[in-house]
Amino acid sequence: MSDLLNLTLAEARATLAAKDISSTELTQAYIARMEATADLNAYITTTPDKALQMAEQADARLAKGEGGALEGIPLAIKDLFCTEGVLTTAASHILDGFIPPYESTVTTNLWNAGAVLLGKTNLDEFAMGSSNVTSYYGPVENPWRSTDEPDRKRVPGGSSGGSAAAVAARSALAATGTDTGGSIRQPASFSGIVGMKPTYGRCSRWGIVAFASSLDQAGPMARTVEDAALMLQVMAGYDPKDSTSAAEAMPDLSAALNQGVKGLKIGVPAEYQVDGMPEEITKVWRQGIDWLKAEGAEIVDISLPHTKYALATYYIIAPAEASSNLARYDGVRYGLRVDGDSLAEMYANTRAAGFGEEVQRRVLVGTYVLSAGYYDAYYLKAQKVRALLRRDFDQAFETVDAILTPTAPSDAFAIGDNEDDPVKMYLNDIFTVPASLAGLPGISVPAGLSERGLPMGLQVLGRMFDEGSVVRVGRALERAADFTAVPTMVREG
Amino acid sequence: MTEPYRIQGETGEWEVVLGLEVHAQVISHAKLFSGSSTTFGAEANTQVSLVDAAMPGMLPVINRECVEQAVRTGLALKAQINLRSVFDRKNYFYADLPQGYQISQYKDPIVGEGVLLLDLPDGSTKSVGIERLHLEQDAGKSLHDQHPQKTYVDLNRSGVALMEIVSKPDLSSPEEAGLYVKKLRSILRYIGTCDGNMQEGSMRADVNVSVRKPGDPLGTRCEIKNMNSVRFIHQAIEYEARRQIEILEGGGKIDQETRLFDTGRGETRSMRSKEDAQDYRYFPDPDLLPLVLDQARVDALGAELPELPDVKKARFIADFGLSPYDAAILVEERETADWYEQLAKGRDAKIAANWLISELFGALNKAGKDLSESPVSAESLGGLVDLIGDGTISGRIAKEVFAEMFETGKAAGDIVEEKGLKQVSDTGAIEGIIDAVLAENADKVEQYRGGKDKLFGFFVGQTMKKSQGKANPGMVNDLLRQKLDG
Repeated sequence: MSDLLNLTLAEARATLAAKDISSTELTQAYIARMEATADLNAYITTTPDKALQMAEQADARLAKGEGGALEGIPLAIKDLFCTEGVLTTAASHILDGFIPPYESTVTTNLWNAGAVLLGKTNLDEFAMGSSNVTSYYGPVENPWRSTDEPDRKRVPGGSSGGSAAAVAARSALAATGTDTGGSIRQPASFSGIVGMKPTYGRCSRWGIVAFASSLDQAGPMARTVEDAALMLQVMAGYDPKDSTSAAEAMPDLSAALNQGVKGLKIGVPAEYQVDGMPEEITKVWRQGIDWLKAEGAEIVDISLPHTKYALATYYIIAPAEASSNLARYDGVRYGLRVDGDSLAEMYANTRAAGFGEEVQRRVLVGTYVLSAGYYDAYYLKAQKVRALLRRDFDQAFETVDAILTPTAPSDAFAIGDNEDDPVKMYLNDIFTVPASLAGLPGISVPAGLSERGLPMGLQVLGRMFDEGSVVRVGRALERAADFTAVPTMVREG
Repeated sequence: MTEPYRIQGETGEWEVVLGLEVHAQVISHAKLFSGSSTTFGAEANTQVSLVDAAMPGMLPVINRECVEQAVRTGLALKAQINLRSVFDRKNYFYADLPQGYQISQYKDPIVGEGVLLLDLPDGSTKSVGIERLHLEQDAGKSLHDQHPQKTYVDLNRSGVALMEIVSKPDLSSPEEAGLYVKKLRSILRYIGTCDGNMQEGSMRADVNVSVRKPGDPLGTRCEIKNMNSVRFIHQAIEYEARRQIEILEGGGKIDQETRLFDTGRGETRSMRSKEDAQDYRYFPDPDLLPLVLDQARVDALGAELPELPDVKKARFIADFGLSPYDAAILVEERETADWYEQLAKGRDAKIAANWLISELFGALNKAGKDLSESPVSAESLGGLVDLIGDGTISGRIAKEVFAEMFETGKAAGDIVEEKGLKQVSDTGAIEGIIDAVLAENADKVEQYRGGKDKLFGFFVGQTMKKSQGKANPGMVNDLLRQKLDG
């Protein structure tokens, strides 16, 4: 494995700017690594030719000293972002052969800053899942193996599992993810990388295949907090094409990054200590508290009393929106069509063949909760609880500047586990979902290894539009944790 | 007041209760949530943006122009403007509905209760309540006649803004329903928010029909969908009311259902029953924030509204002395009202109104033309009215001149000149003619003077005939009286 692959995004940027290496060299190294790690199934589509072409153009700009903020940086893009001229699947059979004639706003921002497209990463179908096993293109393998069951392949988390695995395996320098209920943060935790979901409205949703519109947010997945900050700074921005896009200016994250946590008040919510949570998760959380205390932060015990309703609320609102968002996949205009003798039959055939089991389950649940006679009891009530969850956070943020929690209630489980019961799978999102419902920014930072040698992340949540504090606290944790472990496959190249 | 509309059944008289939901296509350059053009009649699928085709990841962005058109319409209907309204998704599958849902407004429409005045034929008015007005997307078009097995889809119309304007069940006859549609159309055209073209489908109406014995509570209603002409609305209501009465008088009950009007057979038939009705699973569209309006902007839009038909009608009655009936006819179209005002300026407004309504409209109607295509301009017709007013020609001659004007487009004065139609108002000349007539009819003069008063008209007729119609009728009258009675 080329040494170039161990450079962080910040280091690669500096090296490229100093012309010590070229983007072409860096990109070639990543292309080779993508091929070498193809078994992980992290990518649905690789675009090596396009990558080299983009790298060449980046080198030309770098040569002229005209490089953008991410000039020549090879990135992986979650295959939920529409990319002009490049197959976009959402990991679903129903989008068979769909090549968008347009580019999403977020990826446009990245290319405008000089980034290079390596390929489109695997994900749970339509981003519905926490393990990347619902992909039509097969599960993604986590580059990490546990010490107790070294022969069992483990999930990278989901839904941005391909992006997480690629960043962890060094087959992408960084990647985009999307987070609806934890789809950036949970796989970041499982894969030993940094994943950040900004405030709802920060990144334009235009051109991202929709799962649940009121929750979907794009964000960066990278190896360091600084890398994530550099990337998010480019991805975010007001977009008039997205009516829910925020006009607030993004703070200068690089400036915020190393300000330390001295004097910051960090909330620790009692409700996140859930029954049956492995002791080592509690341990790493306590460790995080101690680190921040040692760095000069003030730790405050807080209560977020409606937390226990968050998961149920999420699993009403997200499927409700999804059931409507996915209605457009009807076989009429693009993607898969399975003919039938009537229009209704064509719909049924197409959607039965095109959607996987989990997607069908959520479309059914969503349709049910919006139905006449059930709307008030489910959807409307869920919206009310959502407001209460927001209020919980609002009240907490009157006294604290950020909140520290575990990212996920476990480390990475093996592929095939947790599949007997969808609710068991949904429990993976228990710590990430509340902030999604409230629209808050959050980051997952690797904090240590479990007893069986798998990474565990800690989550930092901030006030709306206060990504500055989030990266500040995240960076402090990162510095204290000094997480240098890498998967064996990376160490051994 | 006109007699209430009643249908005679076997068990007595029935009344009908009607409410209308009118879908009016908003005049705007772009669609409700996309930048595509809205021009009618373009080649299929040439006015379709990524949003209209519901490509993955596409998002709606509200078009300010459409919102302002809805506000204008609400203000013209004297309705409550809701400063906060919400767009909802109405979910259903159809091939010409690319998103699989229509973005509409369900619980919180942009416009609330208002009122519309019907101009009844007897000159009175009737107030009809407006329940609400909301904005929504139109669907595309399914073309079933292009291929023996397949249906083609044209998405040009997909996403075009519609206003759904819902009346209260205040209408009680087919005529009133027709007048409602006409009046609404008139208002929309005045303020330029909908072209009202029912043939092109830019205005369509769903009619809710129920029947009851006078004084009874409301009956169960049926909704007749997608009516695109006033004539069909009349026919459909008449048919549907009779159908319901027959069922009720036969001891049956009305099923609440949606029906279609078969224009060929002149009957309504069931489209779907309430049980089959779709569950649209309305919920607020999470891609759109609630629509918030600024009162100052609403006020500014109100201030920019033109004079509306009701106000204009009142002014025509007050300033021009017109009958409510004539005034209502003249204000129906803004262009007609403007035309009339140009004609009436500085002239006898009532004579002007008569000439416009009876003569010009009649001639245009016969020729199948509308006012904008009239060969006679307002100025030109004014010239004719002037010639009548100053006694140059008589009213009878004027009709002859008008026919010529309509035919050739020539000015009235030129025609009178060319044809020598000028009225004879020279006392000597008229006296000469009268003398000749009296001399020729000495016997009748005798009879007249003997008490047969009715013969006076005969002498007038003979005199006019002899003058080839050109003698001033008033003078003929006066001079005849002097000579016969004096």
